[in-house]
Amino acid sequence: MIGLGLRLLTATAVAALAFALPASAQDKVKIGYAISKTGPNAGGASITQIPNYEMWVKDVMAKGGLKVGDKRLPIEVIEYDDRSNSEEALRAVERLVTEDKVDLLFPPWGTGLNLAVGPAFNKYGYPQLAFSAVTDRAPDLAKRWPNSFWLLGTSKQYVDALTGLLKKMRDEGKIGPNIAMISISDGFGIDLSQAARKGFTDAGFKLAYDKSYPIGTQDLSPLIGEAQRSGADTFVAFSYPPDTMALTEQSKVASYAPKVMFLGVGVGFPMYAQRFGANVEGIMSLGGWSKDNANTAAYAKKHEEMFKRGPDRWGSQIGYASLQMLEQAIERVGKIDRAAIIKELQTGTFDTVLGKVKLVDNMMQDNFWLIGQWQDGFFAGVAPQRAGVGTPVVPKPAWKN
Amino acid sequence: MLFEVTLSGVTLGGMYALVAMGLTLQYGVARIMNLSYGELLIAAAFAALWFYSGLAINPLIGLVVVPPIAFALSYAIYRILVQPLVSRAKTRDALEVDSILATFGLLFVIQGVMLALFGGAYFSYSFLAVPLKIAGATVAANRLLALLLAVAIGLGLYLGLTRTRIGTAVRAVAVDPVAAQLVAIDVRTASALAFALGGALVAAAGVLVSMFLTFNANLGVVFTLKALVVVIMGGVGNLLGALIAGLILGLVENYVAVFVDPGLTLAATYAIFLLVLLVRPQGILGRSSR
Amino acid sequence: MSGREMLGIALAAVAVAVLACVPLMLGDYGLSLAINIVSYTVLATAWSLFSGPTRYVSLATVAFFGIGAYTTAVFVESLAWPLVLLIATAVSIVVAAIVGLSTLRLSGVYFVIFSFGLAELVRQLVTWFEVNKTRTLGRYVFADITAAQIYWQLLALAVLVFAIGFWIGRSRLGLALRAIGDDETVARHSGIDATRAKVALFVLSTVFMTLTGAIMAPRWTYIDPAIAFNPVISFTVLIMALLGGVHRLYGPVLGVVPLALLFEYLLARFPNHFSIMVGLVFIVIVYLIPRGIAGLVEGAVRKPA
Repeated sequence: MIGLGLRLLTATAVAALAFALPASAQDKVKIGYAISKTGPNAGGASITQIPNYEMWVKDVMAKGGLKVGDKRLPIEVIEYDDRSNSEEALRAVERLVTEDKVDLLFPPWGTGLNLAVGPAFNKYGYPQLAFSAVTDRAPDLAKRWPNSFWLLGTSKQYVDALTGLLKKMRDEGKIGPNIAMISISDGFGIDLSQAARKGFTDAGFKLAYDKSYPIGTQDLSPLIGEAQRSGADTFVAFSYPPDTMALTEQSKVASYAPKVMFLGVGVGFPMYAQRFGANVEGIMSLGGWSKDNANTAAYAKKHEEMFKRGPDRWGSQIGYASLQMLEQAIERVGKIDRAAIIKELQTGTFDTVLGKVKLVDNMMQDNFWLIGQWQDGFFAGVAPQRAGVGTPVVPKPAWKN
Repeated sequence: MLFEVTLSGVTLGGMYALVAMGLTLQYGVARIMNLSYGELLIAAAFAALWFYSGLAINPLIGLVVVPPIAFALSYAIYRILVQPLVSRAKTRDALEVDSILATFGLLFVIQGVMLALFGGAYFSYSFLAVPLKIAGATVAANRLLALLLAVAIGLGLYLGLTRTRIGTAVRAVAVDPVAAQLVAIDVRTASALAFALGGALVAAAGVLVSMFLTFNANLGVVFTLKALVVVIMGGVGNLLGALIAGLILGLVENYVAVFVDPGLTLAATYAIFLLVLLVRPQGILGRSSR
Repeated sequence: MSGREMLGIALAAVAVAVLACVPLMLGDYGLSLAINIVSYTVLATAWSLFSGPTRYVSLATVAFFGIGAYTTAVFVESLAWPLVLLIATAVSIVVAAIVGLSTLRLSGVYFVIFSFGLAELVRQLVTWFEVNKTRTLGRYVFADITAAQIYWQLLALAVLVFAIGFWIGRSRLGLALRAIGDDETVARHSGIDATRAKVALFVLSTVFMTLTGAIMAPRWTYIDPAIAFNPVISFTVLIMALLGGVHRLYGPVLGVVPLALLFEYLLARFPNHFSIMVGLVFIVIVYLIPRGIAGLVEGAVRKPA
């Protein structure tokens, strides 16, 4: 039976190959990706990642194709669903490389899956421009797999930026020394809260409340109540989109109004402002957007036209920028020479929606906002200190009904 | 503070009970282990969202419109998809296996349709997110509504099942389909009605839940499994059992969050569930099967 | 041992020898697919080893699979590989014995959901422990184990599970289990220690699940509770075994191979409509193949005779 299965498989593989093999030399560029279209990762993938892939392909095709050498080549996309599963993601990448013979790979969504496929990207020498993974191991990983780029940064970067802001507010007497912190029991929340625990206490803050909660918690009011009773006037939650929504709504219902309210993934989603309207004012989160950047504004507009919703105000622009970097690296190399492309990505300077980007040790350096805050209906970047930085508004305005 | 935690626990529990009641009917009476149960809940949530943001219609009107549609749909599903399996099944075990497989397929189909229509992104909207003060404690109006409806449906159906002729027939089928047939009860129709009613209930739950939870097309399974836990804990086919089990889970979750550690809430609910089963293998209000 | 059985064993030996050459013949992707098939073969066969004769439908597969994966994640960098597998085995025996002794008096759907609850409880506890005690969530597994080595280990495990299944089928234990499956009360009256037989089998079956998880873990670099305790694994195993047929030792594999290939085909061919396609296929299968593929095969074999 297994023998039969394998024969069947080889037959389909051969058929797929015959169908897919380019007739002559390079007359098109094949790009493959396996991403979570179903399963628990699908929510994040379909807001932050898949739209960027589709949009970039459309943009490149509108220009007449991907510039390779002196020609513009059409892009052929092969996409698989990894079902939010590490094993499936790994197998899909192997299939894309060895069976579909793709020229380039796009990364999957999330820390776990990017790590699962890391060895395969490395083994076959494909650049891996991960922009939906926050991991403190990023510098090690970039060393281990020089083809991998960790564009969204490390937990420490975010925490340092946030701590810097809070410290300044405290020194100006705007907030007290106590912080209430909650985090989701997943790699993201635990990495960030671990870094924050150290960062906050080193900066002289006291954690009046510090708990984690499991994925799938449907009522966060007990945690909000405890945070409220802790007396802290700064509330920090490293949360996922469904909890971020619930935290906002249940805080409003409980009239919980800390002076600083920092929430996790989802604050930058278009549906967040849609759902909470004026009540988003003053809420802080990861990411941020430049008010005076015409490029990102145009990008947001295009995104809205194409998908009927704006981009995520955290990872989305970084994702699009990573694709622009890839595009320019290919153009400069002049052929699909993956080793040369990786080299160019490591050393070159690129013109992206975020502005000029030059990677250091395969990571971005202050190219994007780490912390943002909703101000006058705009999710403005308030840290790190760079051109166009906004001044954080404290205290957060009261809830409106 | 204790009162406030209790109140929020009870509202959460009410939501769990509401989500589970339809399943206890479907499984207890129609004897179909419906794994696609949660998908219907999400579909109803999408419908409510569409009413609210697409047509600017109050989701409470959705509460009147959506359940009847779900009733019809579930009735059709039972007649077309499930009945052939019931007719051919020689034993209860065989039917169980078949219904697990078939509804597992149905789960994927419904989920796939929703993915095709809405993609995998998260959706949510705000409705009735206003604080209500009850004896000094605050509770969100939309969550309280879910609790009240759970109690109303639980009691209403309980009365309907115990005080009406159809209800008696349905209960008879739940106890023993073969004997019910002997006393001239149309087992097929009673089962189909119970299955459809279960579908209508879960749709009502979906509309209510959409007012305060963030959902996406992949979330159905989460509700199916939660509902299964509540149904089994309460005793299969027992509406009051589902209500009690839901409330216990909600209270445990919130008490543990406040007094022990929020990281252990789900561990505690599963531990309570397992303990209840070890003490009472047939569930809190379940009948002993042998 | 009859001549027919000898022939069967000889054929099986040849099949194993051929399968052992798979890594030498196939590319990386083919090998990955083979790993997927063999791992699910072990899981589904181990599953039906217990669930077939006793009729306990278990959704706890991933609890043990995850325990195995986590054991690897914790120990792989500090201990020798055989020792890691030994620890995984020991942990699963302890957990399974406790679970078996306390739960096997549940019946029918109560056991199904109980086993699901158990898997989730284990996942929650592991999460809580990692978050509060080790203060990290998600472990990095950098082990020098190649895909071919993983495949061979899984293949050896598959051979072992079939051998044990074959032996049980012919032993007193197997007889006792069949009696229990037919009617537990009668079996008890005829002097069979039903509880002991069931627990023994449960433990045995879970050891294979745990080892599969332990062997697979090095493939993913990163392990967290969501990855290790993914409930989809339990459901997939259940569906594959039921489709194949649980009343024959070779039944589950007949479900695993076509379903694994089908999933693979649909995922690639319909990445955006995978769910719909797979759902429709399931529904069609239920109506057309009511007794599982093993039943279909048996029917086909019997008819001409």
